[in-house]
Amino acid sequence: MDRRQFIVSASALSLAAALPVKGARPERRLLVLVELKGGNDGLNTLVPIDDPLYRRLRPRLTIDRSDALGLTAAHGLHPSLQSLRKIWDAGELAIVQAVGYPEPNLSHFRSIEIWDTASRSDEYRDEGWLSRGFAQRPSPAGFAADGVVVGSSDLGPLAGTGGRVIALTDPDQFLRLARLARPDAMASGNASLAHVLRVEREIQRSADRLHAGREFRTAFPAGPFGNAVRVAAQLAANREGIAVVRITHDGFDTHANQAPAHANLLRQLDQGLAALRDALREIGRWDETIIATYAEFGRRPRENESGGTDHGTASVHFVLGGGVKGGLVGESLQLDRLDATGNPAHQLDFRDYFGALASTCLGWPGTVAPAGGGTRPEFA
Amino acid sequence: MKRSPEHAPLGEEAARHLLARTGFGTPPGEVSAFARLAREEAVDRLLEGLVSTPSAPLPAWADEADPAPREVQAMSVAEREAHQRRQRERGIELREWWLREMLAGPSPLSERLTLFWHGHFATSQRKVRSPRLMARQNLLLRRHGAGRFGELLHAIARDPAMLIYLDGAGSRRGAPNENFAREVMELFTLGEGAYSERDVKEAARAFTGWGIDREAGEFRERPALHDGGEKTVLGRSGRLRGGDVLDLLLARPETAEHLTRKLWREFISPLPEPAVVTALAAVLRDARYEIRPWLRAAFLSEPFWRPANRASLIKSPVDLVAGTLRTFGIRPFVLRPAAIACAQLGQDLFGPPNVKGWPGGEHWINAASLLARKQLLERLFRGRDGMPAPTDSMAAAPAGPEARMRRAMEQGMRTYAFDAAAFAETLGTDRTPSRIERLVLAQGAVHPAAQGMGLADLARHLVADPAYQLR
Repeated sequence: MDRRQFIVSASALSLAAALPVKGARPERRLLVLVELKGGNDGLNTLVPIDDPLYRRLRPRLTIDRSDALGLTAAHGLHPSLQSLRKIWDAGELAIVQAVGYPEPNLSHFRSIEIWDTASRSDEYRDEGWLSRGFAQRPSPAGFAADGVVVGSSDLGPLAGTGGRVIALTDPDQFLRLARLARPDAMASGNASLAHVLRVEREIQRSADRLHAGREFRTAFPAGPFGNAVRVAAQLAANREGIAVVRITHDGFDTHANQAPAHANLLRQLDQGLAALRDALREIGRWDETIIATYAEFGRRPRENESGGTDHGTASVHFVLGGGVKGGLVGESLQLDRLDATGNPAHQLDFRDYFGALASTCLGWPGTVAPAGGGTRPEFA
Repeated sequence: MKRSPEHAPLGEEAARHLLARTGFGTPPGEVSAFARLAREEAVDRLLEGLVSTPSAPLPAWADEADPAPREVQAMSVAEREAHQRRQRERGIELREWWLREMLAGPSPLSERLTLFWHGHFATSQRKVRSPRLMARQNLLLRRHGAGRFGELLHAIARDPAMLIYLDGAGSRRGAPNENFAREVMELFTLGEGAYSERDVKEAARAFTGWGIDREAGEFRERPALHDGGEKTVLGRSGRLRGGDVLDLLLARPETAEHLTRKLWREFISPLPEPAVVTALAAVLRDARYEIRPWLRAAFLSEPFWRPANRASLIKSPVDLVAGTLRTFGIRPFVLRPAAIACAQLGQDLFGPPNVKGWPGGEHWINAASLLARKQLLERLFRGRDGMPAPTDSMAAAPAGPEARMRRAMEQGMRTYAFDAAAFAETLGTDRTPSRIERLVLAQGAVHPAAQGMGLADLARHLVADPAYQLR
């Protein structure tokens, strides 16, 4: 048996082992991470409709109780999020409140680096948190990749050398082009060359195990985010496993004239996630997939003079999937206790948030998954 | 007697290293010319060649005023679409103009410096939405690129495109915008961690009142919008104004070191060496932040020439595209496809991803971008008869401008084919495979070429080698 045959049959075995038994809790789940690039305005996403402070901080950007999609007596969703409201009604959407970290950094670049590397605010790490984890807990050998980054050259939590990671915009194109990667070459002492050679090897290994071209009945929305969820669905349909897919939705840095732009962004998010849910149901993977959002920060509670919001800190995030326990998670933002920059403190450390996702989806133990020292939420 | 390396002629290997690091690509004729010079002569020739203005004038529209925001507001839907199309078209013309400078201008080092500052003071057309202001910023970067960094910093802080990009234009007393104040410290001068959140807030007040006259497209200081109160920035208190804050930043030692580390990663290696950084930062401060003496000291430093640092940098997309065209003497008729190729590979001129500029280094290469690079090279070197069916790179192309760009690319690429006979002419008499490999690659090929390959096959083989991604 040659090496490739061995890998193929080994992968068949491992996949059989990973197949869900009906009604049982899946051993691992596909994790689809959605980065809301630029920092989504959590306060106008999950709206504290009853809080008088909210109206005072947002005189021009208020979302009225009558427009918000009511969830609880005190909370409503932004009116663009109609599909998420339906998923909430189905009990498959957890809304995680006030996720952030101590001593928040208000720079996009530094803060997303903190999230991507799951570091403390004063700690600098080069490897993404997923890559670090995969270095210790690789996915089953037959998997096509530990992680696939869709439509972005920045690998975020998958950056670094620890995982088997590929980046692509379209699986078909990836497979057609993969023939241009060359057979294994000798290792090199030149770090830059070693990087190029490693990427070539990853391309080949993944191309061997990637199957593209799955057609869906589900219609995907137009636009970049719609394309991204279509590719995420195709990857989810891949016969040989993929542990994590990361997609991005860009444009949330709404410093000026926020209301129409934010409504659009959330509508695209809503329609994209709804299409992804439909597609995953179509292939029977909705129950063993978790979709989770993250971002570098939220926006500042007090709107600025340009009808926008400046960089904030803690924010709200969505976790959805067929096996997800729906409901509100954690404590609300405390708008009456803002720090010197006018921002609220976090209630849930994002490392505990990521840790919960890693443990539920990837089965990583506490020593491998990120931890923020607080209580880890349970999503499934 | 054997002369020390500093005084001996460089030879082709060192000359190619110098050219690949300071310009774009390694055209054989230029390599031969520099090979005859000693180190100092070669470096001085590059520095003497620096220019502060472009060789071709900007497109004519760069002198036309942009319509005022309220005029755009008043446009009908059709007019506004036509306006946006025109702006997009001009944005592409601007990219073509710059690539032309890189390919045909007299001083590749000037272009590399301009590109370096464009990444350092990253500003994107996607937010500025005025090709004219982006063009004028490019002239500013050229004017000061090898001169005093202090003047460059003061000029860029008042640059209309920058004032739009980092929201300075709307910042006023009582409503200071922190964006520029933060990035000027984090990215342009001190580096992360050398200032506090309070410094950012106070500095933002100092910059209030700096705005632009949208119609003239020029900087305007509006005293009525300036916060004239007492501020404390980096421990200095007073009724600080924007210019005072910039001077405070220039006075900090962190600024010279931050700049030196960044220039090091552009010109020398991915890992700045602390001891040499300290020495080069001192050169920068002693020269009152003039860049030219820094370049001279860096290009004559031991780490620049050290064999372990050769081939240690990953080519940026612009390096790959402009360098390939220059090295192989490919002279495309239109540069639009080259500009689009750079963007698709992750380096859209006038469109860096964010204010941090392009992260560079290993970030240039991942599974997606490496395949795109190989596909581009394969096409250039496939020969005139082998252009691909247009569908080859168009899978999943979304509708809209991107798809149109891709189609333009497919058509335009037909004028880009590598011509082995023309390349052979630039090689002089020594056309041995080993010399060609040394001219084209920064280090030996990972996959050695087979014996007896013709020039066209050899070139195709070399650009497909992983080592071709390095400079």
